Amino acid sequence: MARSVTTQRKTLNTLIAWGIGLLIFFPILWTILTSFKTEAQAIADPPVWFFFDWTLENYRVVQERSNYSRFLWNSVIIAGGSTILGMMVAIPAAWSMAFVPSRRTKDILLWMLSTKMLPAVGVLYPIYLIFIKLGLLDSRFGLTIVLMLINLPIMIWMLYTYFKEIPGEILEAARMDGAGLRQEILYVLTPMAIPGIASTMLLNIILAWNEAFWTLNLTAARAAPLTAFIASYSSPEGLFYAKLSAASTMAIAPILIIGWFSQKQLVRGLTFGAVK
Amino acid sequence: MGRIVLEQVTKSFGDVTVIPPLDLTIEDGEFTVFVGPSGCGKSTLLRLIAGLEDVTSGAIRIDGTDATSIPPAKRGLAMVFQSYALYPHMTVRKNIAFPLRMAGMDKAEQDRRVEQAADVLNLTDYLDRRPGQLSGGQRQRVAIGRAIVREPSAFLFDEPLSNLDAALRVGMRLEISEMHNRLKTTMIYVTHDQVEAMTMADKIVVLHAGRIEQVGSPLELYRAPKNTFVAGFIGSPKMNLITGAAARQHDAHTIGIRPEHMSVSASEGTWSGVVGVSEHLGSDTFFHVHDTGLAETITVRVDGEISFKHGDRIYLTPRADVIHRFDDKGDRLS
Repeated sequence: MARSVTTQRKTLNTLIAWGIGLLIFFPILWTILTSFKTEAQAIADPPVWFFFDWTLENYRVVQERSNYSRFLWNSVIIAGGSTILGMMVAIPAAWSMAFVPSRRTKDILLWMLSTKMLPAVGVLYPIYLIFIKLGLLDSRFGLTIVLMLINLPIMIWMLYTYFKEIPGEILEAARMDGAGLRQEILYVLTPMAIPGIASTMLLNIILAWNEAFWTLNLTAARAAPLTAFIASYSSPEGLFYAKLSAASTMAIAPILIIGWFSQKQLVRGLTFGAVK
Repeated sequence: MGRIVLEQVTKSFGDVTVIPPLDLTIEDGEFTVFVGPSGCGKSTLLRLIAGLEDVTSGAIRIDGTDATSIPPAKRGLAMVFQSYALYPHMTVRKNIAFPLRMAGMDKAEQDRRVEQAADVLNLTDYLDRRPGQLSGGQRQRVAIGRAIVREPSAFLFDEPLSNLDAALRVGMRLEISEMHNRLKTTMIYVTHDQVEAMTMADKIVVLHAGRIEQVGSPLELYRAPKNTFVAGFIGSPKMNLITGAAARQHDAHTIGIRPEHMSVSASEGTWSGVVGVSEHLGSDTFFHVHDTGLAETITVRVDGEISFKHGDRIYLTPRADVIHRFDDKGDRLS
């Protein structure tokens, strides 16, 4: 039986939904607004909302003081690299877990997930020491590897749930039709799993882009991505809210734009398997 | 060519033996049906022949070549699945052409063969659609088309008609039989439906708990079932199996009499009982008779339309020449 919803109730629901939505979005909105204020207006009490002297001064100063494009490039390399590298490991891993499971497959999946429960700082020392020994500190390569490993459990889990939805008989049919393993994965599995692969990659890029713990701890100057770029404006010599906001806005803008255009994919990826 | 020989083939999943040592020969061009109840191992056996499962021990020979460790792609067999297993992202044309593309055949020849198969299967108007836009029967045809284009040495069918409705099932059954008559290629067909087995097969293999109970032509199995399992499985409605005094009269532990091998009378006969449910099909009538003292229910088939009411006492007389006799192990006595 369908539940009947009155117009009044609908309006109320809509208002509440918008309220919650704005509440969640508010910090981002405030950051963006603040980035266009002067330092004085940024800390004004009571706060100024929309009626202030809009200025691009902060962006000019930030761009002058630090090389935005270098940080951006590092972020792109680290987020993109760790995603591509991760997919190369995660696709075969998820394939084998989904289509040739062993008695321990479920245990392995849970064990992988359990590594995400460990606080990152718990392994900071060993990883830091390993990085010193291998000379990987402040290198994009080292950071790419670390971020890939950190996000690998999530990638495998997501792909696994996607692959599970593909009927095994279709892959068997391909085998009967003369397809080898490579052709089976290339012509049958991958085209059928493209939505899943795309949303997994997208989510992973976002996670890697926003990752701050390792990117701040393992880099200094050369390999520093946008997270370090933001952090450099919250310095102890005095807070420059407006400039910090401008830096933050510049850092999140690319990923916000990607996320906006691919929101349909993302939602599908995150709810896949829950609702059919 | 497509002569398939299984030699001492076994299959275990962990500690569970699904197929104990089994020998079977399927001659070239034969239409062989594997039939048995669910879980009897018939699909597993088909998958072993296909190469989709590895045998635990034993050997599979296809046309004299040891195929035991050859991957499915290289065995030269085509398979039609219960779920059709079409490639959802490809058009009908690409689905049918897929095995040809995998074999590296040139495009013109691929097109020619696809058009030809589509013509035979009435799919010409649907070649540019995707599987999702087709009905169940059409999808099944595409699956068959994908199997025939590559001219395999044998076709394997895994319960291909179970997802279709009754009317379509009869139609497709005829089409597959027709196809076998035309192509004369070896076909192995798995089903749990003994009517499909009886109507399509040259040779029926009755399986039970992974063992072959009997191999023979449909009429051999009907006329001389080797044991009570085959007796009860082949024939519709099921053979009546009777133990006790009535069986001892025939020097047997169990006797079997088919519903169609008894005559019915309102006044006299060998056995008597009370009519329970009657099923009137027009062409014939089935009575389920209780209180005979022989078995819980005796089923009897009568030609045409006879009406006895629920609760009427009737008399049954079995035809003496078609009484099947079995020993205490259930094996046939000659």
